[in-house]
Amino acid sequence: MLKAPMMLATAVPGTSLLRTWSAILMVAGMAIAGECLIAAAMRKLGDLDIIREHSGLPGAIRAVLSSPLFLAGAFCMALNFFAMLYTLSIVELSLAAPATASLTYVGNAAAAKLFLHENVDQRRWLAALFVAVGVVLLAH
Amino acid sequence: MKHSLKLSQYAILIAVMLTASVGDTLLSRGMSQIGVVDFHHLGLLWKALFNPFVASGIVLLIGFFASYMTALSWADLTFVMPATAFGYVVVALLSHFWLGEHLSIYRWAGIAMIVCAVGFVANGPSRTEHPSEHQELDLMDSGAGR
Repeated sequence: MLKAPMMLATAVPGTSLLRTWSAILMVAGMAIAGECLIAAAMRKLGDLDIIREHSGLPGAIRAVLSSPLFLAGAFCMALNFFAMLYTLSIVELSLAAPATASLTYVGNAAAAKLFLHENVDQRRWLAALFVAVGVVLLAH
Repeated sequence: MKHSLKLSQYAILIAVMLTASVGDTLLSRGMSQIGVVDFHHLGLLWKALFNPFVASGIVLLIGFFASYMTALSWADLTFVMPATAFGYVVVALLSHFWLGEHLSIYRWAGIAMIVCAVGFVANGPSRTEHPSEHQELDLMDSGAGR
């Protein structure tokens, strides 16, 4: 409800509704995939501070870079980065930033519950929804 | 369940908050200088990498990435997420109190909602412990301790 008037005011002229929201969904989808894969990689590796204590910063970097889950996640985040650059060229930041952030926060909560089996209780669902609405309001 | 965070872990969460929002702002400023990128002019994305604002944004986002990964190694994704959103609040408050910019009622409401969201998760456990998890074994499997 809040996004329609905002979109009319902030989409770059000549950019269709379909193109605008496809770009935004693409950015959010890549972010959700990337963050979940990286979160899974970090959970599997364990506390990076402990790894750094044992084997120093190079050891911690080596441990992270040798994780296939991390590499897949980093690939998704790289795609997300270029998708965001593309999106910022056709959609103004005042729409692109809150829309992608809101979709990413809610999507991440669902993905964390489904794929990472995190204990996403009522409090965390509320937090994700509050953040999603909050970032949209901040864009006004 | 692991409830309390160390001081250094709070510092990591603050780095997560600040680097992402400032980095995104720099990227936005840089891309506004580059202009419209479409599928026929994707080479502009390469040119964008050499824009000072985009380059500074990338440096900050690398810092964000490092601190974000560190946070994810000891906390849940759904615990760290509101911390990233708190960066927006910091930027809005800085623009109001430091730059004297006007904050509308909508923005104050947005700030209040994000602050509430951080409060919701901050009071809970930072990590979901799965019974099958053996971090020490995982650490050995990763080869990091060798």
